[in-house]
Amino acid sequence: MIRLQNIEKVYRTDTIETLALNSISLDIAKGEFLSIMGPSGCGKSTLLNIMGLLDTPSRGDIKISDQKTDHLTDKQLAQFRNQKLGFIFQSYHLINDLQVLDNVELPLLYRNTTAKERKMLATEALEKVGLSNRIKHFPTQLSGGQRQRVAIARAIVGRPEIILADEPTGNLDSAMGNEIMEILINLNRNEGTTIVMVTHDENMAHKTHRLVRLFDGSQVQ
Amino acid sequence: MLKNYFKIAIAVLRRRKFFTFISLFGISLTLTVLMVLTAFIEKVTNPVYPGDKNSRSLYIKRLTYTSKKGWINSGGSSFYFLTHYAGSLKTPVKMAIVSRNTSSNAYVNNKKIVIDIKYTNADLWNIANYQFIEGKSFTPDQINKADRVAVISERTRNEYFGDAVTVVGKYIEADNISYRITGVIKNVPEIEEVFYANMFLPYTVAKSDYRNKDFWGDYSAILLSPSEQMVTKMRTEYEQMVTRIPIPDNMKKDFDTLHSDADTYFETFTRGFFGNADNVGYVRFLLFMSLFVLLFMLLPTVNLVNVNITRIMERSSEIGVRKAFGASSKTLVYQFITENIILTILGGIIGVILTIVILQVINSSGLIPDLDLNINPLVLLYSLLACLFFGLLSGVYPAWRMSRLNVVTALKAQ
Repeated sequence: MIRLQNIEKVYRTDTIETLALNSISLDIAKGEFLSIMGPSGCGKSTLLNIMGLLDTPSRGDIKISDQKTDHLTDKQLAQFRNQKLGFIFQSYHLINDLQVLDNVELPLLYRNTTAKERKMLATEALEKVGLSNRIKHFPTQLSGGQRQRVAIARAIVGRPEIILADEPTGNLDSAMGNEIMEILINLNRNEGTTIVMVTHDENMAHKTHRLVRLFDGSQVQ
Repeated sequence: MLKNYFKIAIAVLRRRKFFTFISLFGISLTLTVLMVLTAFIEKVTNPVYPGDKNSRSLYIKRLTYTSKKGWINSGGSSFYFLTHYAGSLKTPVKMAIVSRNTSSNAYVNNKKIVIDIKYTNADLWNIANYQFIEGKSFTPDQINKADRVAVISERTRNEYFGDAVTVVGKYIEADNISYRITGVIKNVPEIEEVFYANMFLPYTVAKSDYRNKDFWGDYSAILLSPSEQMVTKMRTEYEQMVTRIPIPDNMKKDFDTLHSDADTYFETFTRGFFGNADNVGYVRFLLFMSLFVLLFMLLPTVNLVNVNITRIMERSSEIGVRKAFGASSKTLVYQFITENIILTILGGIIGVILTIVILQVINSSGLIPDLDLNINPLVLLYSLLACLFFGLLSGVYPAWRMSRLNVVTALKAQ
């Protein structure tokens, strides 16, 4: 599903060159739930961003669904992300000015869907995360766990094949974190969605199919 | 999509109320000034009352002598010049000859009334559509006989005789001469120089002798062509005729060329302010107006660009999210420009309301007597265009900057 070959990421300033990722090669199968662990600053999020085509590697190849992505234009990249990928962020990144339903509809705005269809799909996604009774609320009126569930609904509303989650339970207490993890596990199990999750939490990581560990930009496990 | 943009735009406006106030204030004030100015220029350059045949008319206002040494001498035309030369043209079906206004004082109950007098021939009443409140115009026969008859304006009637009085047949005194009133017309704004007067008299009763053969004088002419299509032909015929007019002997010593132009009403305005004998001033007028509008709009635009950039930085997380979920840079540029146009349209609506209020105040203040400024479809159209222009001008750069934000950087910024 996702194939990374010799991925390197170098950050350059005028005086310093920092190697954030060092020759990472990774194959992630369709329907796999993979977690990435490692200490802060080891390159986990950078790797996830590169997988999600939000950032570009300095060297190496990425293939998603057997498609090479290095030659895609801005518009094609945007379309690719919209069709194939869903994102969940640690700090939710909901748009506070929009109601829950509008936030969840967001990925569908960039597709040819009617307003009616959008509403139906967004309501369906919110039902899956148990928040169909909060569609008119604004994000600031929700708890952290509820916000993350809205973010999950937004990530799955377009039925992407892959979900990339960057510390989805990082801002939540353990009970809330477990709830979110349950939703992700069910999503992977019932819908066959491929999930890649960055986490600091060993317990959460052990609930996934495979664990990859990074240290100083290199894969150690 | 648009609904979503609208929701966001409104939410962003409500988030920082002071910024919103500054932005809307800048936009609405700028548009108000432009709309009031447009309404004024529209009235000056395209009078509807009484000049309703402007599309078929040409105006001869100035007569200019020039010399190769660079000397220029300019003035109005004489009655003789206009009847003798312009009157010989084949194309015009009518030719009104009207004098410049001269002020005269009249006294009613020890109160001084200033009356602006215009001398005219009979064709003025055929070319201009004056609305008679009572009576009618004086006749060609009365003009030929130099009868002391007058058509007065409603304002002069009210000032001289008091309101709601029938005055046809009564006498009005100006410069110690009594004139019998034949009709009263609805007031004409003072800015419509060719058509405006408080009192119209036959040219035959003017103090200056209309038979004087000097070319310079106090008169202008309005030529009426049989159709709009014939206006160009009428202009060409006049231009050709002017080249054949011999320079009078008393002018030959100092000047070698005579200029006189038959202009449209609008051109008389542009030539007067922006042109000269050789140049109608149309391009200069357009350049001047464009430059003025551009400079005038520049300040609020720069302000809006600044406010917009600040707002963008506040919204970097949203930009990151939108990009992550499938918005291309181009889509984001559209979104931001749309939001900005929504803001400027809001400013425009406030501007239109302000303009209506200000025009009402100007109209009722009597600052320019009998002026009836209003917002017509043309002014509204200009305003709408100004809004769009404003929105685009102040939105494009911030939108471009926003769309260039790197997703990861944008997401980290929160």
